[in-house]
Amino acid sequence: MKISVVKNILEANDRIARENRAIFDASNLMVINLMSSPGAGKTSLLEKTIDALKNDFRMGVIEGDIQSSQDAERIAQKEIPVVQINTGGACHLDGNMIRDTFNEFTFDDLDLLVVENVGNLVCPAEFKVGEDFKAMILSVPEGDDKPAKYPLMFHESKVLLINKIDLAPYLDCSIEDIKKEALKVNPHLTIFEVSCKTGEGLDAWYAWLKDAVNNRKSA
Amino acid sequence: MHEMSIAQSLIDIIKEEMVKNDANVLRSVRLHIGQLSAIVPQSLSFCFEVITSGTELEGAELIMEVIPLKGMCRECRQEFEIKDYAFECPYCGSPDIETTAGQDLSIVDMEVD
Repeated sequence: MKISVVKNILEANDRIARENRAIFDASNLMVINLMSSPGAGKTSLLEKTIDALKNDFRMGVIEGDIQSSQDAERIAQKEIPVVQINTGGACHLDGNMIRDTFNEFTFDDLDLLVVENVGNLVCPAEFKVGEDFKAMILSVPEGDDKPAKYPLMFHESKVLLINKIDLAPYLDCSIEDIKKEALKVNPHLTIFEVSCKTGEGLDAWYAWLKDAVNNRKSA
Repeated sequence: MHEMSIAQSLIDIIKEEMVKNDANVLRSVRLHIGQLSAIVPQSLSFCFEVITSGTELEGAELIMEVIPLKGMCRECRQEFEIKDYAFECPYCGSPDIETTAGQDLSIVDMEVD
C-alpha cells in the first residue's frame, strides 16, 4: 500500500523555531543567528560589537559549541547575559536547544539576542532557531571559492561580514571575488568588510546593526 | 554531518504515519532532496541504515530524488533552472528571483504493508 505523505522533514524543528519566534516577538526582541566556519571570528566580532554598542541597547548572547565554555567566559567578561550550550557532538544548534535556555534570560530586559552557532559552514544553515535573520562571517584566509562551494549558508544569510581583511595582502584571496561570488548566490546580501583585529570597517557594521535594532523596536 | 538529526526526524515522521495508517511493515520511503539543501544522500542513507538496524524498520529502502533548483523571475515572470547557484534571471538579469523548487527536504510517499 502506498501512503502519500508530502511533509517537510525539518517541520518538527521549524515548528519549534516558530514557537520561539513568537516568544521573542512578544518581547520585541531582535534575534540574530550568527554562523561561520570555526575560527572565522564570531566571538571576536561579538566582543567588539558589545564594547561598541552596549550603551545603545541591551544585548544577550547564546553560545553554541560542541564542547567547552571558553566563548561564554569571554562574553561574560563584558557583563551581559550569556548562556553556553554544549551540543556534545551535534554540528549545529536547533530550535529545541535554544528553547532550553529561555529560563536563563528575561527577554523583556533585552533588545538584541545573538545566537552564536557552532562553527561550521554547512549544517547550521539548515536549522532555524527562531531568528529574525541569519548573519554569517567568512574570513579572508578561508578563500574566495567558499560561496560557490557552500552556497546554502550564503543564500540563507541576510548579512555577510568578510573578516580579517588586514590579512588580505599576505594571501592569494581576492575580497572582490568573495563579494562577487557571494552576490551571485544571494544578490540581496548586505556585505561588510571588517577586521576585528584592527577595527577597520566595523563602524559601518555597528551603524547598520543599531538601525536594525531601533527599527525592530519601533516596528 | 547533520544527516543523523535529519534521519531521526525522518524516522519520527515515518513512525507517526505508519501508526496513522495501521501499517506494520515499511517497504520503502521516497524523499525529495532539494539541490540547495546541504544534504549528502550517501550520508543520509548510511544514517538511516544505522538508526533502523535492529528495529521494525530495518531493511526498508530509502529512495532519494534530487530536485534541481528552479526559480521564477519576479520582474519578467519567466521560469528557469538556476544553474551554478546563480540567483539571477537568465532572461532579464534581475536578481529578484523566487525559488520555486530545489530548496526543500521532504518526504513524498511511503510503501507499507
